[in-house]
Amino acid sequence: MSIRERLSGNEAIATAMRQINPDVFAMFPITPSTEIPQYFAQYVADGKVDTEFICVESEHSSLSACLGAEAAGCRAVTATSSAGLSFMNEVLYVAASSRLPVVLAVSCRALTGPININHDYSDSMAERDSGFIQLYAENNQEVYDNYLMAHRIAEHPDVRLPLMVCEDGFITSHAIENIELEEDAAVKAFVGEYRPENYLLKKENPLAVGPYGVSGYYMEARVAQAHAMMNAKKVILDVAADFEKTFGRSYGFFESYRMEDAELAMVIMGSSAGTAKAAVDELRAEGVKAGLVKIRVFRPFPGEELAQVLSGCKAVAVMDKSEGFSANGGPLYAETAGACFNLEQRPKMVDIVFGLGGRDFTVEAARSVYGRLEQIARTGETGPLYTHMGQREA
Amino acid sequence: MIEIRWHGRGGQGAKTASQLLADAAFMAGKYVQSFPEYGPERSGAPITAYNRISEERCSVHSNIYDPDYVAVVDETLLESVDVTGGLKTSGAIIINSAKSPDELKPHLRGYAGRVCTIDAREISQRNLGAYFPNTPMLAAVVAVSGCVDREQFLKDMEESYRHKFAKKPQVVEGNLKCLREAMDEVRYGA
Repeated sequence: MSIRERLSGNEAIATAMRQINPDVFAMFPITPSTEIPQYFAQYVADGKVDTEFICVESEHSSLSACLGAEAAGCRAVTATSSAGLSFMNEVLYVAASSRLPVVLAVSCRALTGPININHDYSDSMAERDSGFIQLYAENNQEVYDNYLMAHRIAEHPDVRLPLMVCEDGFITSHAIENIELEEDAAVKAFVGEYRPENYLLKKENPLAVGPYGVSGYYMEARVAQAHAMMNAKKVILDVAADFEKTFGRSYGFFESYRMEDAELAMVIMGSSAGTAKAAVDELRAEGVKAGLVKIRVFRPFPGEELAQVLSGCKAVAVMDKSEGFSANGGPLYAETAGACFNLEQRPKMVDIVFGLGGRDFTVEAARSVYGRLEQIARTGETGPLYTHMGQREA
Repeated sequence: MIEIRWHGRGGQGAKTASQLLADAAFMAGKYVQSFPEYGPERSGAPITAYNRISEERCSVHSNIYDPDYVAVVDETLLESVDVTGGLKTSGAIIINSAKSPDELKPHLRGYAGRVCTIDAREISQRNLGAYFPNTPMLAAVVAVSGCVDREQFLKDMEESYRHKFAKKPQVVEGNLKCLREAMDEVRYGA
């Protein structure tokens, strides 16, 4: 039986962590960390978990400690945000290439500068090539559900990759909303115990973790890692299918919202997708064939599946909530356009960078995007391919 | 759906008040959202918090620009913040003040809807012996907006206080009196 509750995204993640009771939680205890370790510290103090809770002096160290724990055969978790994630950068790559399935909760926020604490995907998008699996969520429920699925995906023998459970900073992390929690025993049964095949402290099979890879072997290791990311696609869907069977909520690589006969579509992530759904509903009521695709899994990127869904559209707007400074559009646009390139029939596609540093995204703003798509579909002219939404004129 | 915007100053608890309102509506079986808008965080700076209360889950996660109700925890904000911006005239503004609605109306930039005041300071000091504006403000917003049934609200809040203050049962009665008296002492303008 689900438990009706109301929690912030941070509380939802901390609750999932408590239910899972990981072996190690290493964390940097002050800003820009999140409230997640604060809630978890209470569980430790109250004896609700028997996790080894380690406070360290930086995010570089918190992930390093998780890495050590994972290499020793433990299930390790941590949480961070913004500059904290950037500070982990070097170690993210080590975790991924050492194939250590740490689960990292990220409250996605802007990077400096100007100094800003609010939501966008500058931090997580900057780590899109780190080798972490990345799951994104529209609201607290999806963050919680993603967290319940995270360890099984990351630890699967065909995958063995670290994973980021991403939530929208403040909009999800600090907003209190209704949520359906699952019972502790049901969560424990679903997530299961972590029993790695090989680990440092297994004396029957001594193992080196993180050695030098000479040019003659480095590439083999990297390709094996790339294959693990490809394998993750099947595992993500398998775990989602079991999750639906167990708890009744359905997840895929992305959510197609009113896409059946959609001519105008938005590709978007996170809480903004929820706001855009309201615009889609209004437009549908007015007879406009609008739809949207909300990306849940950004790494691995479900290019083939996404291209299939978009192939019937006339015009698509990709909504990037980070500025990649490529001078050619944001990261979600690059992925989406690349994925659609080999379609026989492909839609016109533009990139709109929006919502940086917490700039609000409203139902009206979403409607204006569909207004532009309608014009593109009608005239066949895209206008500028790469624009920014709602910024002040110079 | 009812949309509410809270104005306060950092440290006064407008965010907490919006969370308490979400709790009350949640206990009454509603879908809720409670979220703060963060600027540079400093004590005393104007802050905004929001509530959405609905019968079904609301997927919209933008700020609220056309609220049904506005709650002002600190009346000194009336001069510096456009607290009635976008406020529906079919709704109301609820201001924590010892003044009457008629006295404050001229400071509301021509807002044509209903103005309500509540002396949260006096009610809080009378019942709790200290200034905690949130409890009376919460009750006033529930009374004016009708977003939760009064008896249901008082019953749920009593249960919540008994749980929250399990180790300090003596403060439960004061808080409950605060709620009841605030609901009765809202001053409604024309």
